[in-house]
Amino acid sequence: MSITQLSALELRDHIADGKLTSEAATQAYLDRIEACDREIKSYIEVDADDALQQAREVDQRLAAGDSVGCLGGVPIAIKDLLCTRGQVTTCASRMLQEYRPPYNATVVEKVKAAGGVLLGKTNMDEFAMGGSTENSSIQLTRNPWDLSRVPGGSSGGAAACVAGGMAPLSIGTDTGGSIRQPAAFCGVVGLKPTYGRVSRYGLVAFASSLDQIGPLAWSVPDAALLLEAIAGHDPQDSTSAPKPVPQYSETVDQPLKGIRLGYPREHFEAGLNPEVAEKVQAAMDVYRSLGASITEISLPHSKYAIAAYYIIAPSEASSNLARYDGAHYGYRTDEQQLLRELKEERKTLEAAGKYDAVDDLDSPLIRMYRKSRAEGFGSEVKRRIMIGTYALSSGYYDAYYLKALKVRRLIRSDFDRVFENVDFVIGPVTPDVAFPIGAMTDDPLSLYLQDLYTAGANLAGITSISVPCGATASGLPVGLQLQAPAFEEERLLRAANMFQAETDWHTRRPTLG
Amino acid sequence: MNPPTYEIIIGLEVHVQLATRTKLFCRCSTQFGASPNTQTCPVCTGSPGALPVMNRHAFQLSLQTAVALNCEIPRFTKWDRKQYYYPDLPKGYQISQFDLPMSEHGWLEISDPDGAFPTKRVGITRAHLEEDAGKSMHDEAAGKADSRIDLNRTGTPLLEIVSEPDMRSPLEAKAYLTELRLLLTYLQVSDCNMQEGSLRVDANINLGIPTDDGEIRTPIVEVKNMNSFRAVERALAYEAERQYQVWQETGHRIGDVPKQTRGWDDQAQVTKGQRSKEESSDYRYFPDPDLIPVTVSEEQIDEVVKKQPELPAALRERLQANYKLSHYDADVMVNQGRALVDYFIEVADRSQDAKRATNWVQQDVMRTLNENGIGIDEFPINAERLAELVLAIKNGELDSSRSRDVFQFMMDEKSDLQAALKALGIEKVDDSVLVNLCRTLLEANPKVVADVQAGKQQAIGALIGQAKKQNPNVNPGQVREICLQLIQEMPS
Ligand SMILES: [Zn+2]
Repeated sequence: MSITQLSALELRDHIADGKLTSEAATQAYLDRIEACDREIKSYIEVDADDALQQAREVDQRLAAGDSVGCLGGVPIAIKDLLCTRGQVTTCASRMLQEYRPPYNATVVEKVKAAGGVLLGKTNMDEFAMGGSTENSSIQLTRNPWDLSRVPGGSSGGAAACVAGGMAPLSIGTDTGGSIRQPAAFCGVVGLKPTYGRVSRYGLVAFASSLDQIGPLAWSVPDAALLLEAIAGHDPQDSTSAPKPVPQYSETVDQPLKGIRLGYPREHFEAGLNPEVAEKVQAAMDVYRSLGASITEISLPHSKYAIAAYYIIAPSEASSNLARYDGAHYGYRTDEQQLLRELKEERKTLEAAGKYDAVDDLDSPLIRMYRKSRAEGFGSEVKRRIMIGTYALSSGYYDAYYLKALKVRRLIRSDFDRVFENVDFVIGPVTPDVAFPIGAMTDDPLSLYLQDLYTAGANLAGITSISVPCGATASGLPVGLQLQAPAFEEERLLRAANMFQAETDWHTRRPTLG
Repeated sequence: MNPPTYEIIIGLEVHVQLATRTKLFCRCSTQFGASPNTQTCPVCTGSPGALPVMNRHAFQLSLQTAVALNCEIPRFTKWDRKQYYYPDLPKGYQISQFDLPMSEHGWLEISDPDGAFPTKRVGITRAHLEEDAGKSMHDEAAGKADSRIDLNRTGTPLLEIVSEPDMRSPLEAKAYLTELRLLLTYLQVSDCNMQEGSLRVDANINLGIPTDDGEIRTPIVEVKNMNSFRAVERALAYEAERQYQVWQETGHRIGDVPKQTRGWDDQAQVTKGQRSKEESSDYRYFPDPDLIPVTVSEEQIDEVVKKQPELPAALRERLQANYKLSHYDADVMVNQGRALVDYFIEVADRSQDAKRATNWVQQDVMRTLNENGIGIDEFPINAERLAELVLAIKNGELDSSRSRDVFQFMMDEKSDLQAALKALGIEKVDDSVLVNLCRTLLEANPKVVADVQAGKQQAIGALIGQAKKQNPNVNPGQVREICLQLIQEMPS
């Protein structure tokens, strides 16, 4: 078995046992990236020298008999939405194409402290806005299972690099499904932790009340390992929870007894691809065979989840993205060009005798803002900024933003009520499998519906996992979603691993190159 | 000019920088005067991904202020984003408090020592915490792209204290500001340095003009750019008169025109219209999702109340009640700050002579402080020594005519009373010596004795002069008393 086919836990143990060096493991992944990523384009940036340097340091510490942390020497890919000091952090946006943060995200620090080796930064939808990674201003990422299809998004690069064997572990972010949906599309495991479980410090904000960082991996135990490394309270993030972090990787293979699963009838209604429904049903049969009870439940307000999500997330985004104005860092329009333009406009207006219009001309500063943002942001980002700005405007705030917050509370209480009777909510991750590149480019609303089953967990702040549970006739992966109450990651991972222990979907790999 | 035929209505918005060592949402220093952009970090420069964390000390200081301003403190308060674009606002929004401020519905009592207006309470609408913006330095005149931004100030904690429109004259506005600054100084929550921008004032002003069938209100104008309390007083006086003239010309009432902002030009002593950049600005306030709401417990407030220092108003009352100071004197003393009041109280308590202590502190001590531009902590005579001086005068051990020399010596030489007396050759004259001296003088001056016996007591004055010539240490009062006594004892 080649190095890149080992699980993260195996890699770590091999490195710890001296069967393998971190440097060799890292080199193997760098070679695989070199060979395959020309096609997949899951990475925006790979700093091979830096990765090897980090790996050698881990090897030296091991050789010296020092402890190296739970990720000891395992290479890890980071979504390009997380700040890495001195290294590009583009957020897949022209706005930050040249931006190098002055600090590391807490999660990046934690990965390093746990002995992880940062391989590179993965592609995504611009500022995490999208569900296909087609909104990246940097490059187009392809689904390793079918190169004509999207990997999902926004953590498309994060899922594709794992699926393509180009990283054993990868860190993504999930605001409305951005880890789980690409995990499902690429046939890997993706976990969205409870809001507050993982520090957001250094995660470039899309929607602050919804964003969470989480792991992607082939197997549930590997995801458990990475979560263990990155979870925990951070004094630099007031919204992170001051709760102890269980050793997820220690308990993940202990099955749970007598679990109660509930499938929401709303997640099996019209719009669900029958092939996906069939695979999810089959997965539920696996749980039945393991002694789980399965009942139908209702999340009556889930039909409003998308509407609420697409008010709250853009509202927060419109505010979070206000800082990209060309004044302090990031993209700035050509100033000389701008001044010439204003001069021309003034001359034209004056010649036409339109003096009122001359008075209304932008100041150079305002025009700088306008042009920098117009040129620096892609169209989906602009769309959401406009939606959010509108929803927060005086006169509309109550009807949109405040109403959406009320819906959010109803969705949360839906889950609270359901979790009184069941341990986990089970169902599909997405209505459909990975779609062809370009299929939804002109249809943002259809794309928004991709989040139908996933956005609820973000609105409710609970934890949720996507696990591969089959493939369609054409060989495209299907994901199974399990959702658990807040801070129940430990049980959620054990429940998910029960399924993987019985099935081999997570061991199938696409053929590349 | 006729007396004004209108009522002036004034409300004030005061921004106070709180005296924390670090900023409101990061740990950068708030020290004034550092080189541009040296006191910054990813949080206060709005770097992507950085998150704010509330400075508990700043909240504590604002809580102390709110309690001292008699505000109601809600048990729950939150943070909101106030959104607008400006280069000195790197996040594109200011973290502030919108609909649930940390305090509201308070009051501050103001009075005028000369009784120019009756003592009154000015309502405090609300006081809320927010972060300061940076500073922009423009070279607009040159019309060149030459603006610079300093983000050192960005994120400094500000308490915005908004008053009700309860003030009725520029003098009342000044009194409010003076009392507020004093209160903040006594609480030690801010250094209130207007030159360094740690206290900033905006005013809202309009007029109520009585008419046959009630009253007309003129449009409210916001006045900015006032850099001293004197400037506030002048700007408001100017603005009231200006508004009255505008009303006479246009008849505009409140609501007829959009709210105007005017800036005070201290050189020209006029207010000038500012380009209304906002034009019904929409700040799109919404709760900041990066910060958790703050809950305030009953115990927390009790603790603040318990630890609250004596406030200026209470101190004034105590000085009047316990030390018999006049309202005016108490006001003057309290306005000098707590340290001077403590100094006075120690002198008064030790000497058990509040009246003399008051005179010494208010005249000699304060004059010296003012002349030298120093604080009481730098004054060379400590309270204990001044009390000795007062006590010596009170007990007749030191003649008041020589006391100023002693005071000057103690100050110049930083000496105690005994050293000063010794150096100046002042010593208490023994009673028997004094009686002998008086007897000798009376024998040598039969005319004076005869005059006194004839009822002209003031004739003694001539003897006092002679006594002092013979022995500069004699106490004139004592000489007078002994001489009269001896004359009375003479057989007539
Ligand atoms: Zn800072």
